[in-house]
Amino acid sequence: MSQKADYWKANLRLIAFCLAIWFVVSFVFGIILVEPLNTISLGGYKLGFWFAQQGSIYVFVALIFFYANRMGKLDREHDVHEDKD
Amino acid sequence: MSLQAMTYLVVGLTFALYIGIAIWSRASTTKDFYVAGSHVHPVANGMATAADWMSAASFISMAGLIAFMGYGGSVFLMGWTGGYVLLAMLLAPYLRKFGKFTVPEFIGDRYYSKTARIVAVICLIIASVTYVIGQMKGIGVAFSRFLEVDYNVGLVIGMGIVFVYAVLGGMKGITYTQIAQYCVLIFAYTIPAIFISMQLTGVPIPQLGLGSTMTGSEVFLLDRLDQVLSDLGFADYTTNARLSYLNMFVYTMSLMIGTAGLPHVIIRFFTVPKVKDARSSAGWALVFIAILYTTAPGVAAMARLNLIETVNQPDGTQLVYAERPTWIKKWEETGLLAFEDKNGDGEIVYSADPEVNEMVKVDRDIMVLANPEIAGLPNWVIALVAAGGLAAALSTAAGLLLAISSAISHDLLKGVFRPDVTEQQELLASRIAMAFAILLAGYLGFNPPDFAAGTVALAFGLAASSIFPALMMGIFNKNMNKEGAIAGMVAGIGVTLLYVFQHKGIMFIASTSYMGDMPQNWFLGIEPNAFGAIGALVNFGVAYGVSKVTAPPPEHIQHIVEDIRVPHGAGEAISH
Repeated sequence: MSQKADYWKANLRLIAFCLAIWFVVSFVFGIILVEPLNTISLGGYKLGFWFAQQGSIYVFVALIFFYANRMGKLDREHDVHEDKD
Repeated sequence: MSLQAMTYLVVGLTFALYIGIAIWSRASTTKDFYVAGSHVHPVANGMATAADWMSAASFISMAGLIAFMGYGGSVFLMGWTGGYVLLAMLLAPYLRKFGKFTVPEFIGDRYYSKTARIVAVICLIIASVTYVIGQMKGIGVAFSRFLEVDYNVGLVIGMGIVFVYAVLGGMKGITYTQIAQYCVLIFAYTIPAIFISMQLTGVPIPQLGLGSTMTGSEVFLLDRLDQVLSDLGFADYTTNARLSYLNMFVYTMSLMIGTAGLPHVIIRFFTVPKVKDARSSAGWALVFIAILYTTAPGVAAMARLNLIETVNQPDGTQLVYAERPTWIKKWEETGLLAFEDKNGDGEIVYSADPEVNEMVKVDRDIMVLANPEIAGLPNWVIALVAAGGLAAALSTAAGLLLAISSAISHDLLKGVFRPDVTEQQELLASRIAMAFAILLAGYLGFNPPDFAAGTVALAFGLAASSIFPALMMGIFNKNMNKEGAIAGMVAGIGVTLLYVFQHKGIMFIASTSYMGDMPQNWFLGIEPNAFGAIGALVNFGVAYGVSKVTAPPPEHIQHIVEDIRVPHGAGEAISH
């Protein structure tokens, strides 16, 4: 029972970490801080504009695979994976 | 070969392919009809989800809207991709573990209540029908251009084709068909983008081309676009926010939450073999979606620049109306592009000043389809784009119609009113429901509330305000009870519908709007398309409050919640 509770806590911590990044790259870099970031340029892109139209999407993809991978490990560490019988 | 003949050929070939696959893998039992027997590989499922997801709104409409909104259009880019992060972490693996066919089934069981299930069905139908209206707009635009008829005629033809298409196969047909559709639509989207990026910047990858200098000059493409627009009196492309930063924030949030709450996307995650696969499936879906979504900003900016330079030519002369290119004439026939020679000099002027501007109507939804013609690309590329646009619109319309029909036949008829119906009767009911949904959405599509992507954004708001909070709390809050969930869903979608209808008209019939669709009447300057996030907030708040003052859920429900939180012991999706 506590095994399951630990697993759930670890999962919640991981979700909180991933969603913090999710929020920062889109809402913070793409919207809230877009004006100061736009003073920096990345090639022909203004940086804030780049995050809003390109960068945030790349980070989203990486985040999901990172989460899936870490959860796969957590499943095994806490012995709650699907392959056991 | 003429463009018309080439378009018939390419569209005909791709359709023959989809229909061939649908017949080959025709659904025979109800279980196949809904979830294709739960044996779809995560990569294949991701690709099919991407095709299902990327609709007329993404393919036909979004880049056109971004072209005219500039930076403000980022709400679509971030909103419609970021939702997958929420889906992968907050919903998909747990719903897969739960192992039921439909979203209302989960809500009905988790909240131990038929009422909750019925409320979820109603929310789902409202959101899905609105979504289909957006698809119908896109289908109408594509058919009107492709058959060279008026938009309304194109819409009627499109309705007929959607019906035949959706009724023909269940999800199994649709899963394999959608993989083929994904391939067609992604080629159709990226090939013209590569051509145009090469023409303008010499860089073949549009994601990089957008940040590069113009061919034969030291000026960056985006700087050039900002310059050209400000010369004409428009706001700068790269810094033009959509109304306000607050509105953009809420709009993006609404689209993200809505993505994770739309039944036709969630249902996809029931079809993977394992909980583990549900997580990675969401990742693969987003990979395939991101290919189009990171290309779209390039398409948008380059299309806007090309459009302006067709009219206000770089050498300083204006377009002479009598010598206008064929693509302009063709689009004029659809009624979606219009000019008015206000000063009678025979030349066309494009300007931010409505007194001077002579390009009086440019429907945003024509931009992606017209883009290769504007850039003077070969006929086969233009034909491919038409085929891709139709693939996108049809695949999503079919997926949504399946979600609507299964909600009615499986959740309402079999689950609540007539548990004794036979499989044949259930299938028949689902087909009748599909036909009815197409007629309703098509009818409302004659006067859509917004451009295709805007209409679809409304649907996301409705899903965000109703389905997502109920699902999330069902998993993450063991003490959420039926009273809280039902009150939350009703309050969330109620507030959102009220706000949308008072500005957009009841059932989007504009004449019934009692507050007018104008910024000064908007709450905190938030446009109706973006209001779903506020609705979701209301949903969470009401649900939490009500659950605190009513009886907690029974013990066995709390055990169910504990059980869905761990992957161990997941079986195949099962029916009641």
